[in-house]
Amino acid sequence: MRSKVRLLALIVILAVVLYPLVWMIGTSFKSPEEIASNIGLFPTDFTPGNFSEGWHKFDFVFGRFFLNSAMVAVLTVVGNTISCLLAAYALGRLRFRLRGFWFAIMIGTLLLPGHVLIIPQYILFRTLGWVGGDWPYLPLLVPHFLATEAFFVFLMVQFMRGIPRELDEAAVIDGASPYGVFRHVVLPLSRPALVTTAIFSFIWTWNDFFRQLVYLSDLKDYTAPVALTLFIDSTSESSVGPMFAMSLLSLVPVFLFFIAFQRLLVEGINTSGLKG
Amino acid sequence: MTMAQMPVRPTEPAPPVPAAHRRGRVARRRRREDIAGYVFLSPWLLGLLGITAIPMLISLYLSFTDYSPLIPVTESNWIGLDNYRRMFTADPQYWHAVRVTVTFALIAVPLKLAAALGVALLLNKAMRGISAFRGLFYLPSLLGGSVALAIVWRSMFNGDGAFNSFLSIFGIEGKAWVNDPTWALPTLMLLAIWQFGAPMVIFLAGLKQVPIELYEAASVDGASAWRKFAHITLPMLSPVIFFNLVLETIHGFQGFTSAFVLSNGTGGPVDTTLMYTLRLYNAGFVELNMGYASAMAWVFLLVVGTITVVLFSTGRFWVHYSDSEER
Repeated sequence: MRSKVRLLALIVILAVVLYPLVWMIGTSFKSPEEIASNIGLFPTDFTPGNFSEGWHKFDFVFGRFFLNSAMVAVLTVVGNTISCLLAAYALGRLRFRLRGFWFAIMIGTLLLPGHVLIIPQYILFRTLGWVGGDWPYLPLLVPHFLATEAFFVFLMVQFMRGIPRELDEAAVIDGASPYGVFRHVVLPLSRPALVTTAIFSFIWTWNDFFRQLVYLSDLKDYTAPVALTLFIDSTSESSVGPMFAMSLLSLVPVFLFFIAFQRLLVEGINTSGLKG
Repeated sequence: MTMAQMPVRPTEPAPPVPAAHRRGRVARRRRREDIAGYVFLSPWLLGLLGITAIPMLISLYLSFTDYSPLIPVTESNWIGLDNYRRMFTADPQYWHAVRVTVTFALIAVPLKLAAALGVALLLNKAMRGISAFRGLFYLPSLLGGSVALAIVWRSMFNGDGAFNSFLSIFGIEGKAWVNDPTWALPTLMLLAIWQFGAPMVIFLAGLKQVPIELYEAASVDGASAWRKFAHITLPMLSPVIFFNLVLETIHGFQGFTSAFVLSNGTGGPVDTTLMYTLRLYNAGFVELNMGYASAMAWVFLLVVGTITVVLFSTGRFWVHYSDSEER
């Protein structure tokens, strides 16, 4: 009896939580007339018109913005996984002078709000000529190739601490250098942490807005989130459908990742959160 | 990703070493590890210096100048504490942003954690389909930070949005919530609370760690469900509550995307959703007053740092760590 009440409560809460998402999907397929008149969740008549209208709404097709987003996200994944892995190996497995000091600094940067740095970084990148050129993505990407996302360094250090040290020692006795240990022991065994890092990097970068808003000023370079804000300016009734259609499309990659890696994502926040 | 797929080649065994050479070898190995440590650390060190530390110092310097990107750095003037003076005494919008941000954090964070804990407790009792539920509750945390979802939220709480359609079923007349000075901030908070799935997952993991014997012993003593919750669950869960509280508070202070989208970048209506980071963005990149924005950034850093320290020092009084747990 009690478990039935509990189940019912959970289903009601879940329905409320998922309502906005379902409403978004339904509205994306409604014609402008139906958006104004039909307050139900789903259209009586599924129309894909919003998608083609949203796709061609601006001077560049929306696909271009998705490609820009994908490029930034993929390169960020590459940068984050490689650079954070290298840093984590040093901080988590090697014994070298001042290691404790650097580790403490890394922990300190974990909680550093990114907004504090945006202005001096902007000035720095502008001085280097990276802002507003033909390819304005360097300011978005270079920090990720320098392991500035401390969260991932921390995640991988935690993970590497779980790899038995005997494996390193055995390799060292066999004559392996620290580079050999990295290549043949730690790297292959760190695969789960690398995958978690890759997935979270992708989703966070795909959803990121603040930095992309700051650095991308030319329509041709816009990523999907920045392009989506263009819809808000045109607040007329008729643009709600296309706006929802493109918003929905922009969430599809995240949703696919969610379906494919649900377990890993849910477990990922646990391992990074509390326990190694 | 490609790195992870490299094949493992067995290492070649080293020739045996005479005992006399051992000590020299150990010293050499230690030096080699010293060098290797810095080789592996070098990208991070470069990032720490170039992307984090030096920009931080530059922004501290800029906060005492009237720097604007329209003029070269060398031509900006040292104006002492003027930026700070203006911020604290002559910029009502600044205090407005502080008030909005603090209100947001004080209300949205506890409610989000309460929702997370409540649903985690409901889910924790072993039952079928728990992982499906867990995943679906977690989904908003993945999507909620995006521009796309903020756009949906904005439309949902608009005059003709889904929320008012829902209210009309009960004969209640709604309003344009996002454009109402009283209701715009609660709408923004609701979007944050909606993403309770991430702390919920962490709560669930914490609940799994509570030894079942404690509950059994309490049942034998005839303790009520409420007493079990108050005297076993809450204390045992306090490290996890603490962790979520720190994380969500810091996160809450930094909300930018949803405030930007819901107010179309203005922080309106009448500045009621002007989060601190939004005010900072506008000062730096719209008004192009980067010296002033740097001062704001530094105050923000000091305040967030202080709050973190305060949370950690009060944590000593209410966070209970069992012996086996290291933190």
